[in-house]
Amino acid sequence: MPGSHARSAAPRRWWAFALVAPLLLFLLASFVLPVLLMLSRAVTDRELHTVWPESAAALRQWDGRGLPPDALAHEVARDMITARQAGTLNRVANRLNYDMVGSRSLLYGTADMLLSGVPGDSVAALARIDPRWGQPGIWAAMRHADGPFTSHYLLAALDRRLDNDDRVISVAPEQAVFANIYLRTFKISALVALFCVILGYPIAYLLASLPDRKANPLLILVLLPFWTSALVRTAAWAVLLQTNGVVNHALQNIGLIDAPVQLIYNRLGVYIAMTHVLLPFLILPLYGVMKGISPVAMRAASSLGATPLRAFLKVYLPQTLPGVAAGAIIVFTLALGYYVTPALVGGGADQMISASIAFYTNQSLNWGMAAALSLLLLVPLLLMLFAGRTLARTVPA
Amino acid sequence: MTSPGQPLVEFRGVEKRYSADARAAVTRLDLTVERGEFLTLLGPSGSGKTTTLMMLAGFEAPSAGDILLEGKSLADRPPYKRNMGVVFQNYALFPHMSVAENLAFPLGVRKIKGAAAKEKVDAALALVRLDGLGDRRPDALSGGQRQRVALARALIFEPDLVLMDEPLGALDRQLREHLQAEIKRIQRALSLTIVYVTHDQGEALTLSDRIAVFADGSIQQIGSPEQIYDYPSNAFVAGFVGENNMLSATVVTRQDRQCTIRLPGGQILHAVATGDIAAGDDVVAAIRPEHVQTGDNQPSRCNTLDARIGELVYHGDHSRIRAELDGGGSLVIRTPSRDGIAVSDRLPIGWCSDRCFAFPVPDITGVSTGNRI
Repeated sequence: MPGSHARSAAPRRWWAFALVAPLLLFLLASFVLPVLLMLSRAVTDRELHTVWPESAAALRQWDGRGLPPDALAHEVARDMITARQAGTLNRVANRLNYDMVGSRSLLYGTADMLLSGVPGDSVAALARIDPRWGQPGIWAAMRHADGPFTSHYLLAALDRRLDNDDRVISVAPEQAVFANIYLRTFKISALVALFCVILGYPIAYLLASLPDRKANPLLILVLLPFWTSALVRTAAWAVLLQTNGVVNHALQNIGLIDAPVQLIYNRLGVYIAMTHVLLPFLILPLYGVMKGISPVAMRAASSLGATPLRAFLKVYLPQTLPGVAAGAIIVFTLALGYYVTPALVGGGADQMISASIAFYTNQSLNWGMAAALSLLLLVPLLLMLFAGRTLARTVPA
Repeated sequence: MTSPGQPLVEFRGVEKRYSADARAAVTRLDLTVERGEFLTLLGPSGSGKTTTLMMLAGFEAPSAGDILLEGKSLADRPPYKRNMGVVFQNYALFPHMSVAENLAFPLGVRKIKGAAAKEKVDAALALVRLDGLGDRRPDALSGGQRQRVALARALIFEPDLVLMDEPLGALDRQLREHLQAEIKRIQRALSLTIVYVTHDQGEALTLSDRIAVFADGSIQQIGSPEQIYDYPSNAFVAGFVGENNMLSATVVTRQDRQCTIRLPGGQILHAVATGDIAAGDDVVAAIRPEHVQTGDNQPSRCNTLDARIGELVYHGDHSRIRAELDGGGSLVIRTPSRDGIAVSDRLPIGWCSDRCFAFPVPDITGVSTGNRI
């Protein structure tokens, strides 16, 4: 009866929800929320907002043209003194330094002069302490940082910044590093995914076409490194690939090379180690798809007159494409965020965007920048996953 | 080219072992397929019928012997050069292609493209009565429709020979009977040569011009459906094709094709003698349920027995009786009437001696000896 069915469905739904609720709450609290909070730092600006609330409010009132009114300068001077005494000037100084190099010394120098009794109640008075107060740069920097939201970090992650008139301009060429690192990150990831497809496809095919008795031991050989830490495997590659390592010795002994070649601390080392570390992520989904393909279809193709090559290209290969796509997307996604392997076996010019994120997170403590870089890695990735899903839906499994 | 009277296909002493020390899957196989005939390989699973078909298609290589197509050995010819249409049990359609693309696949291989290919695809769809479904994906078709597509795909390139490996095995009974008629219609219309593998003896009897009954890797009997059904050559065929009562007995006398046998209860019966049975041998006597006559109205019988009705099952158009013989043993009787008979009644039964066969005791596995009602 439909009525009783509907009545019984509602409690069952609640039950189901109650069963997943602990995990859901755990994930929300320990993963989703921290990630969102971290990412929100890419677009929020809290330093001036919290340390200099009055100045920040006054900055938001100002139209931003040229130099500010004296009332605003007076407000800033008062906040500078208060913050210097409270020991919080550091936060504002660091923030303004991101926008305008030299802001830090300017603020500390000016604050100390103000504390010693030098007047600073107008733009002109401040300019007498340091001429930079008489130029638009520092005022624009403060206005850009007045919060609560900012485009500074995202623009910086794209090698862009706002000029004094709020136009988006490119940063100086010697400071433009991120576009390069992003391109490098995507290129390395795409090539690693490609190498994994080239190397992994035949292995998956072998595993799928052997009888289980023979395939299972081989599968263990694929899984064993899969279960081993990526750090351990990368370190092992460092041993193998070094100048006096096993690979160089072997190549010399068989006479392929006369002197040791540089296999590590360059791009080649990154490709070798990352391809090896990520290979199981391609083989396993592809193997799963290949296992599901009926071997009779190949016989049918053969009976219909197709040569083995034609049968493979027209019948087998198209059916494996969803597996190739799934595996390649997984490898590409993981490669985008790879940190340990490039750090250990790559050179300075082989570092990927995750190294920059780690630098801003751990060393310069500029979390806004780290969040912006992460966001710019995450968004294209999500777009690609979505595109991949749409693609997979059009190809019947 | 081909001499008149030459068979289309000839198996000469073919044997197949999957490994050197394994039991032969097929042994001492000599078989011919004539042009235009519908030949069925019938047998239980593991009897070698599918292996035989796969060797003909080229997916398995014979361990010994040779297979000839139009007098030429197929030994070095791979499957894709044999020009045989194969219909597989689980359809083996290409899931990533539409129905029309599936049908066009063998045409593309043969460089038939464009309008000519489309014309053939449409004609093939019409042949299996699937007009207008060319754009569907196989997974949007029913089982019966998929098998029609598989059939059309195996026919579209006009193969010399069509091989079918239990093509209707995955379908329900009604659909199976419907498609049997369909296959027969198409075979007649196109004068196809078909080699058909099945374990369903009813299907074999309905469709075939000739049936080869397989057991234990070799052919037990080959002949028309009537020959196979009415004159089984051994106990296996008698038990596998149609229904038969199998009675243990001992030979009393034998003269050429005639013999007399004694049942455990002492009853003496006349039967047709087969093989090299002689007086004193243990045999099995086979009699079909529909050949046993009951009551006093028995026109031309020469074997009469007294039995007791052990069980009676009403089937609508007929009834089935399990008759218990004096001295042990029972047999199943199929009778159109059920008037005036009841369980535990005594019932005189009998049959013509040319309907009863005495076979040597079989050494083949899979012969049913229990008489189920």
